[in-house]
Amino acid sequence: MTPLSNADLAARVARDIPDGSYVNLGIGMPTHVSGHVPDGREVIYHSENGIIGVGPPPPEGRHDPEMIDASKRFITTAPGAAFFDHPDSFAMMRGGHIDIAVLGAYQVAENGDLANWATDDESFPPAVGGAMDLVVGVPTIYVMMRHVNRDGSPKILERCTYPLTGLGVVNRVYTDLAVLDVTADGFRLVELAPGNDLAAVQAATGARILT
Amino acid sequence: MDKRLPDLAAAVAPIHDGAVVMIGGFGSSGIPFGLIDALLDQGATDLTVISNNAGEKEIGIARLLKANRVAKVICSYPRSPGSIWFERRYEAGEVALEVVPQGTLAERIRAAGAGLGGFFTPTGYGTLLAEGKETRKIDGRGQVFETPLHADFALLRAERGDPWGNLSFHGTARNFNPAMAMAGKHAIAEVRALSGTPLDPETVVTPGIFVQALVQHEVRP
Repeated sequence: MTPLSNADLAARVARDIPDGSYVNLGIGMPTHVSGHVPDGREVIYHSENGIIGVGPPPPEGRHDPEMIDASKRFITTAPGAAFFDHPDSFAMMRGGHIDIAVLGAYQVAENGDLANWATDDESFPPAVGGAMDLVVGVPTIYVMMRHVNRDGSPKILERCTYPLTGLGVVNRVYTDLAVLDVTADGFRLVELAPGNDLAAVQAATGARILT
Repeated sequence: MDKRLPDLAAAVAPIHDGAVVMIGGFGSSGIPFGLIDALLDQGATDLTVISNNAGEKEIGIARLLKANRVAKVICSYPRSPGSIWFERRYEAGEVALEVVPQGTLAERIRAAGAGLGGFFTPTGYGTLLAEGKETRKIDGRGQVFETPLHADFALLRAERGDPWGNLSFHGTARNFNPAMAMAGKHAIAEVRALSGTPLDPETVVTPGIFVQALVQHEVRP
């Protein structure tokens, strides 16, 4: 199999973010999407800690310690930015005002269930953050992740085995091997990453891929 | 009216053993580090801390955990890079944890400050975090009943303040601070620039009626 690089995967997701969208990018891999949005599109990024209009990182050594995003990275403001408090920030998320959220995941199921906040390792304190609020309120939920776990076991399943973040919330899954839509009938193939064939991708997937 | 106090020690003096204490901030932003350090020196213990995170490295809430002053943490995200003291206390069973989805945490705090008896939210419906809670279908959608979160004290960090308790904030340091000001019975703000003259009412974010005490603390983390 020929997996996409992280940068190519980020660019693939970015291609599907329309001009004028309000977008929330989850912690980890999704944060790289903003660097790959095609020129000429204005995308406005929301970060749940209280800013809409997240700008690029500040120059080295010129950061403001009270200007961070949800991943706790230093940021600047983009033109048209605004600050607000947590109740307003989550009103934007739950209230359906954000257009698209791109999230990482441990597991995604063919019924659109998402597991991305806790595993079955009980020695690990659970940490949910804002993921449950995002998935119930944002109309389009994209998952961006590796197709399989490090040990090769599938992350794309008929049913999630880890505790759920939300039920039936995922619209589309972008992985380093394929793009899959979640439909009423299950996962439907949108495209394979260049250099991969369906049989190999299906073998790495724990649910049936419709074509 | 003048709610200004001379120093951090005077500001945290009323905090008693067993108190429920809200602490503003998200990540490293908007955390009242001065008040937390003063609370550590003051000695109150068996605290319930309500905050988004559970401290990082050896600063802020992590210092209270390290000194074993915290009996319970109510937060959305206890696990951050370097949250070693929370993890150590949690693994040893020395601190109780209630994990709350972040938006539900914010709204439970706001509900307490606004005098509400709770609210229904779709967040968490059908998940582990809704187990045992009342649910209802509203407009065909599953919703979970969440109760208000009250606190004896709220420790806040603001950019500007005046003797009436009015506050404004800087950048992303606003986060939980305004809602906690409303929910804490006794809200204490550490303020970078505490003025003797009133703030322009057009710029006030948290009206002074929600704030009981202010203290100047210039250091920005």
